[in-house]
Amino acid sequence: MNEIMLHVVNASLLGMMIVTALAIARLRGLFAVAMLTGLFSLLSACVFVLLDAVDVAFTEAAVGAGMTTVLYLATFGLTRSREKVTPKDRAIPAMLVAGGCGAVLIYALTGMPEFGAADTPVHQHPITEKYVVTSIDETHIPNMVTTLLASYRGFDTFGEVVVVFTAGIAVLMLLGRCAREREPDQDARAKD
Amino acid sequence: MALQKDQVVLRIIAKLLMPLIMVFALYVQFHGDFGPGGGFQAGVIFASAIILYGLVFGLDAARAVIPPATLRFFAPFGVLLYGGTGVLTMLLGENFLSYNAINPAHPAEGQHLGIWAVELGVGITVASVMMMLFFAFAGRGKVKA
Repeated sequence: MNEIMLHVVNASLLGMMIVTALAIARLRGLFAVAMLTGLFSLLSACVFVLLDAVDVAFTEAAVGAGMTTVLYLATFGLTRSREKVTPKDRAIPAMLVAGGCGAVLIYALTGMPEFGAADTPVHQHPITEKYVVTSIDETHIPNMVTTLLASYRGFDTFGEVVVVFTAGIAVLMLLGRCAREREPDQDARAKD
Repeated sequence: MALQKDQVVLRIIAKLLMPLIMVFALYVQFHGDFGPGGGFQAGVIFASAIILYGLVFGLDAARAVIPPATLRFFAPFGVLLYGGTGVLTMLLGENFLSYNAINPAHPAEGQHLGIWAVELGVGITVASVMMMLFFAFAGRGKVKA
């Protein structure tokens, strides 16, 4: 009974994701598209929860559905918020490229191990055993994801933080300076 | 960017939600060892509280709460807190980011402290950068208008 319920929930979530993706492809008003991409992120976060990847779901919901949507909306406030009409003669090459990419992905999927299979390299490698069995004794931290990210793979996470920092600096260099230069000018105009 | 004065419901609800979002961010930050979450998610959630404030009450009000100069201090501060933890463990005679060195008598305790500090660094940097991004994007819109 539980199994059937899970299938129903999975199918309806994936169905909603497909419908959202089709709506995104068809809509021309980009504000609506930004909201729908947020919805798509939220739906994929739900799928991650069903796959027991709670930390990933959390990140997807916070960054994908929250942060990205706000940044999209802020960007559309600066540029045009309507998509240009694509000429009809470009539709067929675009469909070929999209269809080709989809076919390659589906072909790649056939090479993957079956969902939940226990005999995959990721489950058989000795390092998995070490992380799963000994991490609790070594750190006394129940959330293995945190232990892995911050301790065993602390160097990688350091790199990620530096990437986030660098991205922030880059955006500030591209956008921040410009706004600051114009501010005194604006004050002068306000006084007039 | 600021909404009109008559959006009473939105303004009140935003004010009510802000402390809850911030406390939730702190919970995600410091409870990440025991449940899902951690510095990255907590940083984004904390930033979203300020961004909500900025969306409802205007960019200047949000900038008054957290001035851009503060953000420019805290974004590298988080990175340095992370790296500094690594340097500390090196000074204590272990490898970079080997938290066992923090408390050699109780390695697990050292791991706990080290992970706590490192996650805090992640949270501070991510929150600052997210707010910086929002201010940078939204601030340009204000100049144009």
